[in-house]
Amino acid sequence: MSAGLDKGEMAARVARDIPHGAYVNLGIGQPTLVADHLDADAGVVLHTENGMLNMGRAAVGDEVDADLVNAGKIPVVEPPGAAYFHSADSFAMMRGSHLDVCVLGAFQVSAGGDIANWHTGAPDAIPAVGGAMDLAIGAKQVFVMMTLFAKDGTPKLVPDCTYPLTGVACVSRVYTDLAVFEVGGDEVVVVDVFGTTYDELSARLDVPLRRG
Amino acid sequence: MSVTICESAAEAVAGISDGSTVLVGGFGLAGMPVRLVDALIDQGATDLTVVSNNAGNGDTGLAALLAKGRVRKVICSFPRQSDSYVFDGLYRDGRIELELVPQGNLAERMRAAGAGIGAFFCPTGVGTPLAEGKETREIDGRTYVLEHPIKGDVALVGAHRADRMGNLVYRKTARNFGPVMATAATTTIVQVREVVEIGELDPETVVTPGIYVDRVVAV
Repeated sequence: MSAGLDKGEMAARVARDIPHGAYVNLGIGQPTLVADHLDADAGVVLHTENGMLNMGRAAVGDEVDADLVNAGKIPVVEPPGAAYFHSADSFAMMRGSHLDVCVLGAFQVSAGGDIANWHTGAPDAIPAVGGAMDLAIGAKQVFVMMTLFAKDGTPKLVPDCTYPLTGVACVSRVYTDLAVFEVGGDEVVVVDVFGTTYDELSARLDVPLRRG
Repeated sequence: MSVTICESAAEAVAGISDGSTVLVGGFGLAGMPVRLVDALIDQGATDLTVVSNNAGNGDTGLAALLAKGRVRKVICSFPRQSDSYVFDGLYRDGRIELELVPQGNLAERMRAAGAGIGAFFCPTGVGTPLAEGKETREIDGRTYVLEHPIKGDVALVGAHRADRMGNLVYRKTARNFGPVMATAATTTIVQVREVVEIGELDPETVVTPGIYVDRVVAV
């Protein structure tokens, strides 16, 4: 199988599907890269769960301010039009269905749209959930961005998650290095394919696919 | 009761009892009341339950309190970080108890405590291990989990500025859990950069009204 998209290209593909004017939360890790590919004219407003709307880019040099960080605790800047609020308000925005899109990383996503991304379940692993469970059930649309296969070659798009769940039937789209999928319906729809074929994907995945 | 403006962090944390539940503000180090936590280490209270978003960074502040063996249990959303090795070691050795709470539930459970709410039904975590054993209810076709308040004996909060009434303003994302924790504890102790005279804070910009604040110290 030839190589598909790299991380930056995956982020750009996610960014293409974010509606103009949307309020968006980008999960820590790879989803953060999506911000680099949003058109400045698109009017997308980024939310960070530690209490800011219209969050800016990463701070550099003298811009770094210990009081101004994103959810990954990376210093960011304050663009005009930003707003600050406390943690209970921040999560009320999610739960209350005011966020249009969130983009999360994942260990596994099921055909039915379940997501597992907070705990491997390994006995010596230290679990950390952060805001993932609140985001998963709160945003109007949940996008997942992940590689389609784990390093050992096992698929991460699965009939049922084997890792502990983060949220049930909440993911709508899965953006991977090899394809984009719609999940959560009766079948998994392949929306886009990169560097592979529909037939090859069908052969390697345990979930029934339909061409989009 | 009206607010006490303390001369030192030691005076601010005086009297915290062994076995207390201590709410500690901050998201990582942003808004973390480091001087109050350091003073609590010197003060000596032990067998504490600490409620905070994270479980300490590096060797200082909350991590130092943990390293001294003063904390029996941590209630938090995100203990595992690149520099959380103090907590990681205690947890793997079975020397500290962890109650992992989704971040929004952590905030809302403290908000409920401060607002006199007995419990609330919340959609977060339905069908996951963090909701196991909890009462659920279907409301208008959606399943919710019953979540109970988290009340503190003490809250340690970091804010930007206080006036002598105890009114607080915060700065940027250092606000995070501070305003919620300030409402949720019997005694709220606040570390600020500056205490100003009455009338110097614009009442329209006050985030935490002084009614929630018991002691303030400028550090």
